[in-house]
Amino acid sequence: MTLPDTESHVDEAPASHGPVRVKVERTWWQRHGRTSTVWLLRLVLVAVVLVLWQLAADRWIDSTFTSQPTEIVARLAEWIDDGTLWLHSWVTIQEIVYGFALGSAVGALAGYVLASINMLYRVLDPFMMALYSIPKVALAPLFIVWFGIGMHMKVLLAAATVFFLVFLNTAAGVREVDRGLIDAVRLMGGNRWHIARKVVLPASMNGLLTGLKVAIPYALIGAVIGELVASNQGLGYLINDAAAQFDTAGVFATLVVLSVIAAVLNVVVGLMSKRANRWKPLDARS
Amino acid sequence: MTTVLRAEGLTKRFPKDDTATVALRDFAVRIDEGSFVSVLGRSGCGKSTMLNLLAGLTEPSAGAVTYRDQKLTGPNIDIGYLTQSDTLMPWRDVQRNVEMPLEIRGVSKVDRRTAAAEQIERVGLRGFEKHYPSELSGGMRRRASLARMLVGDPETLLMDEPFGALDAQLRAELQDELLRLWHGSGQTVVFVTHDIEEALLLGDRVVVLGQLGRIMLDREVPLARPRSADSLRVDPEFVALHNELADALREGAR
Repeated sequence: MTLPDTESHVDEAPASHGPVRVKVERTWWQRHGRTSTVWLLRLVLVAVVLVLWQLAADRWIDSTFTSQPTEIVARLAEWIDDGTLWLHSWVTIQEIVYGFALGSAVGALAGYVLASINMLYRVLDPFMMALYSIPKVALAPLFIVWFGIGMHMKVLLAAATVFFLVFLNTAAGVREVDRGLIDAVRLMGGNRWHIARKVVLPASMNGLLTGLKVAIPYALIGAVIGELVASNQGLGYLINDAAAQFDTAGVFATLVVLSVIAAVLNVVVGLMSKRANRWKPLDARS
Repeated sequence: MTTVLRAEGLTKRFPKDDTATVALRDFAVRIDEGSFVSVLGRSGCGKSTMLNLLAGLTEPSAGAVTYRDQKLTGPNIDIGYLTQSDTLMPWRDVQRNVEMPLEIRGVSKVDRRTAAAEQIERVGLRGFEKHYPSELSGGMRRRASLARMLVGDPETLLMDEPFGALDAQLRAELQDELLRLWHGSGQTVVFVTHDIEEALLLGDRVVVLGQLGRIMLDREVPLARPRSADSLRVDPEFVALHNELADALREGAR
């Protein structure tokens, strides 16, 4: 009796060595199931919180203090209608973006240059740490004296916060570059410039991106704090103004707008790091 | 035969605080053009230090390395060096890693492409050009490193236990390939290893190092080429050489 030839050897690995690539058939659910579940649960969570909040307001808690979702939505609609929202958001967005751009550009550049020059880095390191440790809020009064209460002050306050985060992370990235990679470029006949551009720069991207990522909320904080301290425009001013009138719906509405801005900025940096981290194994991608 | 690479009175100390660790003391060697020299030694005998000095990566504390009658003051693109650990750029795929030495020399993009493709084909990595090092196995990374070294067309190759971290089958395969690539190329090879069999299988000449790079034995390997690991193992001449080298290694450890 002969055994039926059920096993097919069509996809036998070729004579070469190394991993073999095969095509995997996946259903829609296998492909997207986990992501959809996560998103669904997120939506459910938001809905539950909003419903509970709505129910609790005026039933168990005084809505003067917590307001309620419907009122917040109504306030947002009202502000969108009369242009208040856009006016103030635009001011804050500008401050965040300029502050973030300025702080991260200077921070990345300083981190890259300082960390590449060992002597300079060793001399300046303790001073940088000391400056980093100053709560940036404490700088606000000084910045008002220096730059007035206009937009410059907020941009610079945001930039000062962002600067240190980006600087420290970039410098750490530069200083952790694998010595072997530098030697490899030297063996290829590369000079200092080649090493800086082809090894140190890409190797430090990771640190830079980490810095950018953690700095986003701080750009927002810097700008809003600046507005809270002294201003007549911006979302920080709007919060102050609403709170002074006991308008909690207004405060919450502004907070919603701030979170949306932060989320959008996070997505942008997320896309950037996705591009820069293509070379990493899948499990190390964040 | 002309001497390509010469080391004289080579000493390397690594200072730390008020003391210095001596890794290599008064080392001298001459490497003939076109020869395949195996350098055999146990770990910590200064093999890697010696290669780093021969490659011009580090400065000797005393003595000098001369390459084609010129004092070596830094890395030289005529000398290729395959280090023990992988130094492929993790953010470049295989193709762009192999292109890198040419990129630094300013070779045009089209020429780079073709030269890299040729080397990738030679080391058997075709189809993996677009893979990043983290997506390759250890053996494939070694092949890619080999391709990167060869693309610069160096006259002299320095190799530091290049196959040390691989399994026995893969190592044998790559040893064969190395011999195939070397044969008839006219390149000079200095191959550092701690494996007696590997040293004998590959080299025209074996140099056994003892403590601090003291030369315990320096002799020709009279075994006929092509050599195969399986038939060598039962060859009485090979066995005698094997014992001789093992004795020298043991002597050197003392």
